Amino acid sequence: MSRPVLSIRDLRKTYGEGPTAVHALRGVTLVVPRGEYLAIMGSSGSGKSTLMNILGALDVPTSGSYRLDGVDVSRLADRQLALARNRLIGFVFQAFNLIPRTTALANVELPLAYAGMKARTRRRRALDALDLVGLADRAGHEPNQLSGGQQQRVAVARALVTEPALLLADEPTGNLDSRSTEDILDVFDQLSAAGRTIVLITHEREVGDRAGRLIRLVDGQIVSDVRQEPHLTGRHSA
Amino acid sequence: MSVAEVIRFALRGLSANKLRSALTMLGILIGVAAVILLVAVGNGSAQAVASRIEALGTNTVTVLGAGRSATLTLPVAEALDDRTLAPDVASVSPVVSAAATLTYDGSDHDVNSFVGTTPGWFAASNTPVGRGAAFTADDEAQGRRVVVIGQTVAEELFPGVDPIDQQVTVGGALFTVVGVLAGKSSTGFQDSNDTAVAPLSAVRQVLTGYGALNSILVEASSPGRVSAVQSQVSSILDQRLGVTAGDTAPYRIQNASQLLETQTETADTFTALLGAVAAISLLVGGIGITNIMLVTVTERTREIGIRKALGAPRRTVLTQFLIEATLLSVIGGALGVLAALIGSRFEIVGVRPVIVPSSVALALGVSIAIGLFFGGLPAARAARLRPIDALRYE
Repeated sequence: MSRPVLSIRDLRKTYGEGPTAVHALRGVTLVVPRGEYLAIMGSSGSGKSTLMNILGALDVPTSGSYRLDGVDVSRLADRQLALARNRLIGFVFQAFNLIPRTTALANVELPLAYAGMKARTRRRRALDALDLVGLADRAGHEPNQLSGGQQQRVAVARALVTEPALLLADEPTGNLDSRSTEDILDVFDQLSAAGRTIVLITHEREVGDRAGRLIRLVDGQIVSDVRQEPHLTGRHSA
Repeated sequence: MSVAEVIRFALRGLSANKLRSALTMLGILIGVAAVILLVAVGNGSAQAVASRIEALGTNTVTVLGAGRSATLTLPVAEALDDRTLAPDVASVSPVVSAAATLTYDGSDHDVNSFVGTTPGWFAASNTPVGRGAAFTADDEAQGRRVVVIGQTVAEELFPGVDPIDQQVTVGGALFTVVGVLAGKSSTGFQDSNDTAVAPLSAVRQVLTGYGALNSILVEASSPGRVSAVQSQVSSILDQRLGVTAGDTAPYRIQNASQLLETQTETADTFTALLGAVAAISLLVGGIGITNIMLVTVTERTREIGIRKALGAPRRTVLTQFLIEATLLSVIGGALGVLAALIGSRFEIVGVRPVIVPSSVALALGVSIAIGLFFGGLPAARAARLRPIDALRYE
């Protein structure tokens, strides 16, 4: 087996100091091999968002080690962190976080532009990524002209376009209706089938059921870690 | 990531908020245009005043009587025309003047200064005759009643009639019009075309009597000799009038170039005042820019967070916002310069503005500096935030 995509050891995160300190993560150890589809579930306040932010290199842990594709992310300087976020991680947010007043295509091109790719190649790859999520015909639309589900699919395309080692999704369906949720989950299923490593955070049972491995987080600690048969209900081709 | 790419991002950022970008630019435009234009107006009026004073003749000095005693008499004036004691004096013109009423064919016209002098006065005071001729030295010697009238008088008294060789009544005596003065630009409120000039002997006989002269106009041989003439004149006068050192002289000597200097100083003060007012407007405009930049960056902190989450290095983010700020202030400033250049082609409150190049550089420099500093500062702060903090920012 090749080296794991993600490997964290005894990860801790504390907000504040002294008696008012909040321990969001109390020692999380986790290894995710390549190609796995992992869902992390937990109620609000369980530390799952904190974990996700650290995995996405958006936040730094208080202690513990974090290796992403063999790179020790917790020791990187700002510049290398930017590079790691750009090359190794694709992030899908609950609130979509598309750049306003900017077309879907330009949004998807953005990470490639930061990677220094030529405009022509960038455009082709961005269109491919939009095609993959079924939105090639909406490339010229701005976020406020797209439905929530479409916006989130643009965000998924943006996360995919750099071909990152790890696709992170923080409650990707939290702001969506059931129909759009289904669309997004179908996209994730396809990506998983194509061999992508996906880590997804959710508090919805049926979203967690679609993953190949399910971790439950309570009070900043892993309480269960089970491999399961993906439960592919209601799947329809996109 | 190439510079061209960052510039394209900045342009996209600006065009995404067209109204706000336009308003910011408008603020800079007005500030820059106000500074350039107001300084140009001050400068233009200073130049206008200077050229009018130069038209009065800069190579003359005027001797005026001071105090109540009648010190300036005709013999005193004649004494000034002395080749040995005052070698730099080209001509001396004694001047009397009084207000008078000119009557012609039942209509009459008041002039403030009915001037009596010698023929040399026309050249010395830079007052050429337009039509007809000046009176001659012979006219003066014989006390002939001839008069040269200003253009305003000609228009008032002789509408549609050629005034030459007509006779006007002044103080009960008939004067024959021999010439009309060429038009002259006015200094200040007085109409310098509302005048009449006649031989000294005739005016003394008819109007003023044989008392003191009002002034003596002394012409120097060249503009560079004016101060020499001034000291020669004062030493002759001191001697004749028995003034000893320490006494207050019973006369004053006015020098057109001194007048010019005083006027220029006044105009400079005026320009500085206008410039200060304009600078305040630029400052207020600058505070406006600062405010908009702060709001823009604060509002876009989330966007900065997204960009950082997608792998934008801090420097790229900072560069983008700096370029946006620079473009706003450079374009706004350039449009302001353009507006000022166009505005300066028109007369403003009767003054033709003359652009001062350094004011253009200053206004443009200040606006760009304000844009860079206050656009850059909040952007640098936002770019330093951890992406997660920037993303959570509301």
